[in-house]
Amino acid sequence: MTADFLLQAVVYLAAAIICVPIAKRLGMGSVLGYLIAGILIGPVGLAFIGEEGEDIMHFAEFGVVMMLFLVGLELEPRQFWRMRKSVLGMGSGQMIVTGLLLFGAGLFLGLPWQAALAGGFALAMSSTAIVLQTIKEKGLMNTSAGQSSFSVLLFQDIAVIPMLALLPLLGSASSQHDDGGHHESLNLLAGLPGWAQGLGVIVAIAAVVAVGRFLVGPVLRVVARTHLRELFSGTALFIVVGIAFLMELVGLSHALGAFLAGVVLANSEYRHALESDLEPFKGLLLGLFFIAVGASIDFRLIASEPGTIAALVLSIMLVKGLVLFVVGKVFRLKLDQNLLFSLVLAQVGEFAFVLLSFIGQLNIMGDTWIDRLMAVVALSMTLTPLLLVLYERVLQPRTGTRESAKVQDEMEEHNPVIIAGFAHFGSTVGRLLRAHGIEATILDFDSDRVEFLRKMGFKVYYGDATRMELLESAGAAEARLFISAIDSPDTNLRLAKTLQEHFPNLQLVMRARNRMDAYELLDQGVTDIYRESLDTAVRLGVDVLQKLGVRAYTAHRTGAMFKAHDEASMRKLAPERHNREQYLLRARQEIAWQEELLKEDRQVDLGANDHAWDSEEMRGEVKPSET
Amino acid sequence: MANILVLFAHPRLEQSRAQAALLRHLPQDPRVTLRDLYELYPDFQIDIEAEQELLLDHDVIIWQHPLYWYSAPPLLKQWIDLVLAYRWAYGPGGDALRGKRIFQAFSSGGGRDRYQASGRNRYTVAEFLRPFEQTARLCQMDYLPPFALQGTHRFDTYTCDAFGAEYGELLRLILQDQVDYDRWRQHEFANDYLQELQSAAT
Repeated sequence: MTADFLLQAVVYLAAAIICVPIAKRLGMGSVLGYLIAGILIGPVGLAFIGEEGEDIMHFAEFGVVMMLFLVGLELEPRQFWRMRKSVLGMGSGQMIVTGLLLFGAGLFLGLPWQAALAGGFALAMSSTAIVLQTIKEKGLMNTSAGQSSFSVLLFQDIAVIPMLALLPLLGSASSQHDDGGHHESLNLLAGLPGWAQGLGVIVAIAAVVAVGRFLVGPVLRVVARTHLRELFSGTALFIVVGIAFLMELVGLSHALGAFLAGVVLANSEYRHALESDLEPFKGLLLGLFFIAVGASIDFRLIASEPGTIAALVLSIMLVKGLVLFVVGKVFRLKLDQNLLFSLVLAQVGEFAFVLLSFIGQLNIMGDTWIDRLMAVVALSMTLTPLLLVLYERVLQPRTGTRESAKVQDEMEEHNPVIIAGFAHFGSTVGRLLRAHGIEATILDFDSDRVEFLRKMGFKVYYGDATRMELLESAGAAEARLFISAIDSPDTNLRLAKTLQEHFPNLQLVMRARNRMDAYELLDQGVTDIYRESLDTAVRLGVDVLQKLGVRAYTAHRTGAMFKAHDEASMRKLAPERHNREQYLLRARQEIAWQEELLKEDRQVDLGANDHAWDSEEMRGEVKPSET
Repeated sequence: MANILVLFAHPRLEQSRAQAALLRHLPQDPRVTLRDLYELYPDFQIDIEAEQELLLDHDVIIWQHPLYWYSAPPLLKQWIDLVLAYRWAYGPGGDALRGKRIFQAFSSGGGRDRYQASGRNRYTVAEFLRPFEQTARLCQMDYLPPFALQGTHRFDTYTCDAFGAEYGELLRLILQDQVDYDRWRQHEFANDYLQELQSAAT
């Protein structure tokens, strides 16, 4: 038993360690890496795992719960409230239209209406795990496609609840409670009348909100005071597991409860601690979940009727994608964002596994169809990362650069400066340059902004600044300076590599979020690095000195000297850090470096060498005889 | 009734005793306006319009500063460069400052005896301050002999205060229009003029 467990752990982890970095290196994202790992170790691959894949999937689904908790943590209640329209509008639109279309298709294929209805709506679900993981990994959460996708997923998570409740009505009465889905097995309210069930649900949600608002904070404070890190992690886990259990008791979706708790805790001072503690658990469980999905693909079934399965996968994804596209159009998404939105949500998600197995248990649908659809779900999930690669490499470049001929002409003469990223940071730089009569070519990812900037007469290229074609057409070969005002440190680093490799004469001026990011850019050979946290903080410090009564000019000079000292120490410490132990957690590393810095500061007295206008010294040197 | 604009430039007032003493003895009078230039413009971005406005509003202007390397601290030079604009302070139509009186109130570490042909500094203070004098002349202002606080390296607080009191007295006389500017102009320093007034009184 123990040996078996260890072997399994070794197999899963090894597969992930091998496949995920390769997938990432190839630009396909971690999700596809995990899926391929699953296929490799699954029954058709190396056959390390067999039927238990499904159990592991149920266990690993908890990763989705954690992910939604973490998503909730990043979403303040006010922000959540602002999303209500898109959740209800886009979400219900997608669910109902897709469900009905697939229902019709089921009838057309000769399924009984109960099976077609249940199956149709089960297949309308998209995969929260894959979509959110991919969107976050690619930094698309704040795009309109990302927000819309999140809204739709949230609605689906909510919709699962009534669906699980209504499914038994479609089944034959005899099979209703003989086995019970694992979702129902613990439901305390199952036997009660409807109004009592509703009351129970409301009480449970109120309990989550109340506990989150009033109890979690004090408890975490007590736990934090013990200074036992593992106890804090344990408490974080307890919160999520506890909520999931409570939701189970009243028959609600775990993920939804966790999400709700996350939103409630978003304003808590322990938000970041919770995030960093749960992040690794979530990552591992999700990885495990994707592996299990990969392993559960029934290739024997697919091999026995490849045509049917392929047709099912393609037509279902096509229907889902088209419905999403129309929904996106109705909600006025830009073409490129809408394409992303439609592609990323076109797969069938993990909730479909749950719903399908429940449908099977209720005898609503025959086993052949259940197995077929299960294979379809897994395949569609596997296809999603590939679709995204297709979007990034083929569709986005074309949809983004919709330029009129006139604009094209203007592009012929190239500006000496290129600015990548034109949000708050980049636009400030661009406006400053413009105020001085220098026009810059702008690269930006946000199609709304691109359109607006073009109207304002800026030369703007839409797209991913790290792509060679875009850089070339923006005139990177002729430009003198390339300013990166992008906030993502990973993107900046990739951009620096690409530019140094292909345009060695281009001078790079790069934004860095903080010292850690600056270190990496320094390693990459970039010298002009501007940490967004430095200047503002120093300016604030200088103003505070003045408020405390220090002379303005002295404070001003202190600030300037501090900045110089900080820049120098950054350049001094950057190579040194390689000699030290590698930290696994960036947060820990940052704390260690902060410590190092403060020590360094203590040794340097900014005023020690500053004798400017210091008459004290001269006074001492005047001898009485000198008159 | 004259009013006074004190343009004060000291990059490190915290370390100063002499200039601090002068500031302490500025008359508490609404007609005296102090512009602490290094406090106002630590980044040397001088508000030209505001400074010109103040110049127009005052009759007597004082450049108050320590003497560094035989001249004023750089911000005062910056002030001169930017505020005394062409066609405003000088040049065609530039007579905004015509007839205003101006003098310097400076402090120097070395004593008065050092500032002469035979002294270590080889030239007199008046010779070192020629650029300021000519600047004032070009702007059609009446440049008066400076108020001097020399040898501050050897001053104790008491001496500083004594000088401060003298400075305060001079400013009060100006405010009350009790100054004989012709007599002042005949001395090397404003201090000497005050001395003369005192000995005449006793």
